[in-house]
Amino acid sequence: MSPPPPPIVNTVNLVKIYQNGGVPVPAVRGVDLQVEAGQFVAVMGPSGSGKSTLVHMIGGLDARTSGEIWLDGKRADTLNESAWALLRRQKIGFVFQFFNLVANMTVADNVELPALLAGASPREARERREYLLGELGLADRADAAPAQLAGGEQQRVALARALANRPSLLLADEPTGNLDSRNTRDVLRLLSEVHRDGQTIIMVTHDARVASLADRVVSLLDGEIVDDGAVGPARRRPRATAGDVVELRG
Amino acid sequence: MRQSLLALLAKEPAHGYELKQALEQIFGSAYPSPNIGQIYVTLSRLEKDGLVRVVDVEQSNRPNKKVYYLTAAGREALDVWVDEPTEGPRVRDEFFMKLVLAPMTGIADRMALISRQRRHYLALMRDLNELAERTDQGNRVALLLIEGAMLHLQADLDWLERCQEDLS
Ligand SMILES: Nc1ncnc2c1ncn2[C@@H]1O[C@H](COP(=O)(O)OP(=O)(O)O)[C@@H](O)[C@H]1O
Ligand SMILES: [Mg+2]
Repeated sequence: MSPPPPPIVNTVNLVKIYQNGGVPVPAVRGVDLQVEAGQFVAVMGPSGSGKSTLVHMIGGLDARTSGEIWLDGKRADTLNESAWALLRRQKIGFVFQFFNLVANMTVADNVELPALLAGASPREARERREYLLGELGLADRADAAPAQLAGGEQQRVALARALANRPSLLLADEPTGNLDSRNTRDVLRLLSEVHRDGQTIIMVTHDARVASLADRVVSLLDGEIVDDGAVGPARRRPRATAGDVVELRG
Repeated sequence: MRQSLLALLAKEPAHGYELKQALEQIFGSAYPSPNIGQIYVTLSRLEKDGLVRVVDVEQSNRPNKKVYYLTAAGREALDVWVDEPTEGPRVRDEFFMKLVLAPMTGIADRMALISRQRRHYLALMRDLNELAERTDQGNRVALLLIEGAMLHLQADLDWLERCQEDLS
């Protein structure tokens, strides 16, 4: 028997303390988090509870103060910046609250670039880009420049870009913050689809529609995990329709 | 259901089964499908209140059909209902009462209550997601109902987070 594969993410007593003008600000206080391959984890919690800091550390964008980060069974918190950059390019897709698309490249090139950098052929990169933009309702925006897009469109392009090289880990920080409900539906559909195909996802979100798709919800408060588990069981009386959730006055 | 039956009858007279079908067609799976018994009970109450009246229509080869139509009083009741502003959503939430009163019982840990409630809301949200997916995308009314329920649930979750920040 081969040993079970290591978790995609494993943090051990992870701590981040910012210094704010000499005053220590504890943002993450001893987080132990294991995420198995293929799992979709939603991270929730009030503003300031350390959600962004946590996912930034897992992606190597923010240095830990103490503790360990293991990715795919390899120690990562001790890597230097260029080693982190390489690891990210190969294994991690990121979506941020702010989208940082490359301004002087078209939408199509923005999405294809990570796949090309990770070694995909131009044709593979193009097909993947067409699929992703299509799913997100952006097929006709491929030749636009990012500045020509509305906020919600840029947000979706950023998601497509993060998924372009089929990363082993998708990290996302409030990726539906700027979306109206129709666009959110497109994003939800794509997320379910890539998750069904085995994509591992850690996503900070306030959006209950997004979180309800997750296998597991981790709640942070004041930098600590206060709840971690599967989304609750469905209704006690299973029904063909959720009609009784939608209450009309009779 | 009283008002929806009055509204349907304002369009045209109908018998009980036609009313049931019309409700199902308008609201789709987002509305708990009324059973025919409930419809007849409601119709007979409306009749007693003078808001609808019933006539027997003869049919060849079949028993008579009871066709209901709206009276002038029914029309007025419907207009009043449509014109008046509608109550806002509930604020005296039962969960909130539990949360506030929990320490007095000495058993419940507030944080545990909040976490369990959050998971429950998310499970409800998942049901709604699935319902939205199963719903005919052409049925605007049903989809809007579902979206409304989702937005309420989102507000409940946001409020839960506020409770967690301030009460823990
Ligand atoms: N660069 C920084 N310098 C100092 N304090 C920071 C910095 N980034 C975040 N913080 C603080 O760390 C805490 C957690 O922040 P953050 O991770 O952004 O929370 P969240 O994403 O849950 O809103 C907050 O108190 C915030 O003010
Ligand atoms: Mg944040």
